[in-house]
Amino acid sequence: MTEATQPIQRRAIALVSGGLDSMLAVKVMQEQGIEVEGVNFFTGFCVEGHTHAIRKKDKDKDKRNNALWVAEQLGIKMHIIDISEEYKDVVLNPKHGYGANLNPCLDCKIFMVNQATLMINKAREFAGDRGFDFIVTGEVIGQRPKSQRKETMPIISQESGADDRLLRPLCARNLPPTLPEREGWVNREALFDFSGRNRKPQMALAKHFGLDDFAQPAGGCCFLTDESYSNKLADLWKARNERRYELDDIMLLKVGRHLRPEPHYKLIISREEGENRFLEGYRYMFTSITTVSCPGPLALVDGNLESEEEVSQAAAIVARYSKGRVLDEVTLEVRQADGVARQVTVKPAQPDDVPLAWNVG
Amino acid sequence: MTDVIHELDTRRLLCPMPVIKTQNKVRTLATGDCLRVISTDPGSLNDIPAWCRINGHEVLETGEQGHEVYVLLRVGEDNGALF
Repeated sequence: MTEATQPIQRRAIALVSGGLDSMLAVKVMQEQGIEVEGVNFFTGFCVEGHTHAIRKKDKDKDKRNNALWVAEQLGIKMHIIDISEEYKDVVLNPKHGYGANLNPCLDCKIFMVNQATLMINKAREFAGDRGFDFIVTGEVIGQRPKSQRKETMPIISQESGADDRLLRPLCARNLPPTLPEREGWVNREALFDFSGRNRKPQMALAKHFGLDDFAQPAGGCCFLTDESYSNKLADLWKARNERRYELDDIMLLKVGRHLRPEPHYKLIISREEGENRFLEGYRYMFTSITTVSCPGPLALVDGNLESEEEVSQAAAIVARYSKGRVLDEVTLEVRQADGVARQVTVKPAQPDDVPLAWNVG
Repeated sequence: MTDVIHELDTRRLLCPMPVIKTQNKVRTLATGDCLRVISTDPGSLNDIPAWCRINGHEVLETGEQGHEVYVLLRVGEDNGALF
């Protein structure tokens, strides 16, 4: 075959979450000779490895980034892109509303496919034939209650701007043919017609491909689907009287015990040494409280302690979670963000002094 | 002995930010440049080498110093930029 008659190598960008579905979608494309590169978007709410990296109870768990791991297994390049700033508008103003918690799943998927569309458009502009021809996702009709319903599939294609350059190999045969299918870049007959929440077909396909190690399916990869996390985020917005957040805010919601004794201040109390070390990194931003006379946690004060009574109240609560909880007195250091510190001695709060209603998550 | 030309501090950042910072830094470097990434996320010891393997960069050394970890890498021929 001469160079002139060689078929064009078609290339796709795949949205890779690190879960099984996107892994299979890539594999199906590779089987059809499509060259795939992966893209993984960091929203700030990704479950990926955060807690594992901090807490002792998870120290034996793999601390791998699943998207990278998948890329390595499949032999594809992976682009991890921080969209946390742009993503705020998705979380704060979801056009299609939230799911069971503060998860804007449909808007999220539209946004991510849109980002991938912008990438392939830009790549085509700069790289010409070395650009990308279409986008691949691991979506399956009926898998998720909001973003993966049959009615929402076309909404994602249209509102993202990807239109018929968006191919879902795992359920493509339940949908109208897309550009890659119509053009013969991929064989529609070799795509799949998965639907519903039953994951047996995916498991069977994984077995067919010899894939026996993958992130637990349907475990969720976004903290916004978590009720406790969403409660903490809602509490943050309520306390601030406005719906906004910074990256540090949403990181801190993943760590420690969150108690709000008063509307204008919240305590973030570490539960173990790893969280202690993590919260240490924020002492230049918050007033912090830590025990001096006995081992204990580090706590950040999100908000303001407005009186000496509140300083004592906060210190007593922190003492409650220290080794000195049964003592008559515990001495703690209250340190301002600028480093100015003083000591206070208090009687540790008793269980009844810390109502369950203060627990915000 | 390798000359460390560039250093990247990702202390206090959690997965996947150390990888993202590494990726973005590497895209500004030339083939053959070395980069030492320091992190307090122990997951970086897996993730940054995995990212290097995927993208054709060489991991020269990894290690731990107290609560910090580091990865020393050499930038490969393709710095990974999409365009």
